[in-house]
Amino acid sequence: MEPETDLKRAISRRTFIKGVIAAGAVASSSAYLFRGGGSLLGQVSAPGSVERLITLSVNGQARRVDVMKQETLATTLRYKLGLTGTKLGCDRAECGACTVLIDDVPHYACSVLTHTVRGRRVTTIEGLAGVDGTLHPVQQAVVDEQGFQCAFCLPGFVMAAVGFFKVNPDPTRDQLAHGISGNLCRCQDYDKILTSLMRGAEYLRRA
Amino acid sequence: MADPLIGRNYTPLDHVAKVTGRARYAEDFRADGMLFCKLLLSPMPHARVRGIDTSAAEAMAGVRAIITADDLPDLEGAERALTMEPFYAGEPIVAVAAIDEVTAAAAVEAIELDLEPLPFVVNALDSLRPGGPTARTQGNVWGPPNPPGQAGPVPVQTLTWTAEDFASAADGQLPTGQHAEEWSYGDLDAGFAGAALVLDETFVVQSTGHHPMETRSAMAYWQNGKLYLHGSTQSVQRTVDGIARWVGIEPADVVLICEFTGGGFGSKGGGAVSMAIPAVLSRKANAPVMMRISREEESYIGRARTNMTGRAKIGFEKSGRITALDLYIVQDSGAYGPMGDFRSGGNAASLIYQPPAMRLRAVNVITNTPPRSQQRSPGPMQANGIIEPVMTKAAVRLGVDQVEIRRINSPEGKALYGAPLPDGSRRHITSAFIKEGLDRGSEMFNWAGRKARAGQRRGTKVRGVGVAVGPHGAGSIGFDGLMTIRPDGMLYVQSGVGNLGTHSMQDLARVAADVLDMPWEKVQVIWGDTSKGLPYSCLSVGSQTTHAMSRANHAGAMDARRKLKEVAAQDLGGAATDYEIGGERVYRRGAPGRGMSYAQAARRAIELGGAFDGHELPADIHAVTKAAASGLIGLGLMGVAKDTYPRDGDTYSFVIGFAEVEVDVETGKVTLVDYLGVGDVGTVINPRSLLAQINGGSCLGIAHALCQKLAYDPQYGLSLARRFHHSKPLTILDIPSRLQSVALDIADPETPVGARGVGEPPVGAGYGAVLNAIASAVGVDVFRRAPVTSDLILMSLEHGRRMHEPLQSHL
Repeated sequence: MEPETDLKRAISRRTFIKGVIAAGAVASSSAYLFRGGGSLLGQVSAPGSVERLITLSVNGQARRVDVMKQETLATTLRYKLGLTGTKLGCDRAECGACTVLIDDVPHYACSVLTHTVRGRRVTTIEGLAGVDGTLHPVQQAVVDEQGFQCAFCLPGFVMAAVGFFKVNPDPTRDQLAHGISGNLCRCQDYDKILTSLMRGAEYLRRA
Repeated sequence: MADPLIGRNYTPLDHVAKVTGRARYAEDFRADGMLFCKLLLSPMPHARVRGIDTSAAEAMAGVRAIITADDLPDLEGAERALTMEPFYAGEPIVAVAAIDEVTAAAAVEAIELDLEPLPFVVNALDSLRPGGPTARTQGNVWGPPNPPGQAGPVPVQTLTWTAEDFASAADGQLPTGQHAEEWSYGDLDAGFAGAALVLDETFVVQSTGHHPMETRSAMAYWQNGKLYLHGSTQSVQRTVDGIARWVGIEPADVVLICEFTGGGFGSKGGGAVSMAIPAVLSRKANAPVMMRISREEESYIGRARTNMTGRAKIGFEKSGRITALDLYIVQDSGAYGPMGDFRSGGNAASLIYQPPAMRLRAVNVITNTPPRSQQRSPGPMQANGIIEPVMTKAAVRLGVDQVEIRRINSPEGKALYGAPLPDGSRRHITSAFIKEGLDRGSEMFNWAGRKARAGQRRGTKVRGVGVAVGPHGAGSIGFDGLMTIRPDGMLYVQSGVGNLGTHSMQDLARVAADVLDMPWEKVQVIWGDTSKGLPYSCLSVGSQTTHAMSRANHAGAMDARRKLKEVAAQDLGGAATDYEIGGERVYRRGAPGRGMSYAQAARRAIELGGAFDGHELPADIHAVTKAAASGLIGLGLMGVAKDTYPRDGDTYSFVIGFAEVEVDVETGKVTLVDYLGVGDVGTVINPRSLLAQINGGSCLGIAHALCQKLAYDPQYGLSLARRFHHSKPLTILDIPSRLQSVALDIADPETPVGARGVGEPPVGAGYGAVLNAIASAVGVDVFRRAPVTSDLILMSLEHGRRMHEPLQSHL
C-alpha cells in the first residue's frame, strides 16, 4: 500500500525534519490539547523518538501529515487535515461525536493515537459520500427522515451506524440502539435518529 | 393558490451540509496565524485574587497575550468573562493566548496566583441556617426585583432563618422561615378550611448542567476595527449587543457568524459571556484566537438549571378539584443571577392547576456553585416536580383517577394565571386545549388498560403509570420581518434567529412563502451572519421563536404582497385592490393574462424606488431592522414590517405526558416502558420537527426523573460532576426505542398563523409523568427528590419508610 513506501521515504528524510519529539517530552495528560506546527522549532531528536512526518490513509487518499507522538486522531483530522466533520464533544471517550471508522470498525478518534493508524484505513464523515457528491445510503436516509436536530453529534452517530451495519446489516430497532449506544445526543432526538438510521440500513441492503 | 407549505414535512435546506460534515460550527473555523487560548480557573469556590504573577508565563516562547479581568469592561457587578473574585470553583481568572494549546496550557501552569480563601456555601439551605455561610461578602439572597423604571443591579441581602424555624418543621418538611418575595390571590384560609383533603409535602428538584454537545468554543479576530466572532449562540441577531457589552465596544463594530449551533437548551440564549475572552485576547495579541472549551470547562461555565427545594400545601375537594395552593420555594440561583425560575414556576402552577386561591413565597439564594441560566422550561418544570407528587398522592387518597384529577383542574380558553397585577386583576392566556389533550392521550395510550395493571407485582417487577401536564410560555410579539423578491424571481427571507436544530429558522421562511404563494424551491433563507442584514428578532429562548417570528414574517410578507399589487396597478392600471397573486405572478382579478411575474415586479420595484425597494422604510420598525434593510436597498421588492397584529392574552403551550414504567423492586432499577407526548401547541408548521421537539423535550424531563443531576462536595465546594459520565445525561438505552407523540393541531386564535411554541412544555410533562409513574409502581411516599435513583427506591422499600428526606444531602 501507498503508506508503506511513504513511511520509508519519511524515515530517509529524517535529517530534513527537525521536528522529532523526545518521548515523554510532553505529559500524556495533555494529549487532547492541540499542538501546532509552530512549536517544532528548537526541538531536538532524542533516543526513543518517533517519526513525525507520516502518511495516513484517510477517506481513500494518502495524506502526508506532521504528527506529534502524543497526538490523537481527532486532532490530526480536525487541525492538520481540515476534516472538521469529526466533532469533539467531550474530553475523552464519553460522547462518541468523534467516531470514525478504522478498517471499517468504529473508534472514538479522540482516544486513538494517530501513530497507531499508520497502514490502516481511516474513514470520516467527509469520506462517506461519493466523489460526485452522491450521498452514502445512510446519509441519504438521514436527509430523507430528517434525523437529528442540532446535528453536532450526527457525524459520530452516522459513522457508528455505518460501522455497525457492516456486521449487522439487518438489525432490529433495539439492536441498532445498542449498536450506537456509545454516542450521546443532547437534543435527545433518539427516536428520530433510530428511525433515520433504520431507513439507512434498508437503503444499504437495497444498494 | 398552491397547497400551503405550512403543515407539511420538508427537507431542511442545511441537512446535506450536516450529513456530509460540511456544516461548520464555531470550532471548525480557521484563520491564518490563529492562536489558541487556555484558561486559568479558580481552584476555590470563593476567593479574592490578591495577586497574579504572569511574568514567567509571559517569558515563555510562544506566549502572545495574557488577560485578566482588568482587561475587560466593568459590568456593574454583573458576571464578566474573567474575575478577580471567583464565586465558584472553575470560574475563569486568567486567559492565555499562545501559538498552540500545549504552550498555552504550560503558560497557565506557570502563572502564580495568590488567592485569599473566603467563606463559601454550596447548598442553599445551609446558607439559611443560623450563622450559615454566605456566598458573597454582601449577603446570601437576591432581593426582589427593582420597581419598574428603576435601573441598576438587584441588591444582595442577608437572610437567615432561626433555629426555631428549623426545629418547627416536621421531619422531611422544608422550614418556612422569612421569605424574600411573595404574592397571593384569593382566600387561602377559606380554601383550606373547606377542603376535604389537605396535603403538605416537600420535594427536592435537582440542578442539571445544560451540556449541549457543542461547548461554548469561540474564535475571534479583528479587521479594520471590527470584531469578527465565530461563536455558538441560540439567537444570532440578539447576541450582538451582549458581545459588544462584554467586550466594551459598539454593537456596530461586532460581526457575529453562527450558522450552526450545536445545541443550547437555554445555556446560549443570547450567546455566552465567555465570548469576550478570545475577542479581547485577539485584540491584545493582534492575531486570531481560538478558544476551545473542554467538557470539564463547560461543566463550570456552561450553565445549569436552578435547583429548588419546594413545599406545596394543597387543599382538595372530594372531586379532586383544588381549593387552595400554598407554594414555598427555596431556589438556588448559583453564583450569579438573579434567576426568576421560581416566578415562572409559580405562574405556571397557577395556570395548569387553576387554584381559586394561591400564595407563592420564595427565597432566591446565592451559592458558590456554577452560574445558572434558564434551562429548557425554567421554572415550570421545577414546579411540576414540587407539585405533581402531591397531585398523585391526592388522587390516590381521594380515589380519583390520575387523568381525571388533572382534567378537573386544568384551564380552558382564556384562563387567568399568575400573580395579581397592581389593580388586583390577573393576566390571562390566549388559549388552552388541555382537556382535549388529556382525552386524546388517554385513548392513544390505553390509559385504562395500563392503569389496570399498575401496581401489580409480577416476579420482582412492578409497573406504574403516570400523567402530567407540562406548561410553558410559548410566544412573544412585536418583532420585524424583512425579505426581498429579487429580479431573479426568488424570495430572500432574512432571518435573525438561531439555527440550533429546531428548523424554526426555515419553518418561518415557509410562512412568508405561503403568504406570497411562493414555491419552496424559489426561497432562500439568509441567516447566521450579522453582516448580512438580519432584522430585529426575538431571542431564540422561551419557546417563542415560532410564534413571534411567524407573526413577523407574516407581516413582512403581507407588506411585500401589498407592494406587488401596487407595482402592478401602477403599470397596468386600476387600483392595487384589483389585483391578486398566484403562480409567482401578480395579476388583475379575473384576467390572469393582465399581470406581471414576480421577477418583473421586482425589477419595476427597483425602478420605482421609494418604499418599493427599501429606500423608504416604515417608521415603526426597530433600528436594527432599519440598518439591516439599508443594506438591501435596491436589490428588489422589499417586504418589511413590524408585527403589530393584536393579541388578547399571553401565549402558553402545553404538552401532556403519559408514561409507563417498570420497577425492579429487588434492584431498584426503573425502566421506562412507554411514553406518549400530546402537544397543545397551536397550528403545526413542520410536523416532523414538532414531534421531535415533543420527544426530545420529554426526554430531558425523563432524564431529570431518572438519572441526571449535578452534585457538589460540601467540604471543599468542588463540583463532583465534571464530565458526562458523572452527570448522567440520558442515553439511547434509557428510553424505549420508540416514543409516541402527537399534536392536537388546534390553531391559537390570537396569532395569524395559529402557531405557538413547543420546545419547552414537554420537559415538565416528561418529568412529572415519569415521577408519577414511579410513584404509581412503588408508592406515593417512597421518594421526595429527583432523580429517583435505584438507591432511593431500594432504601425506602427495605426500611418500609422514606429514607432520603428532603433536607438530607444525597450525592
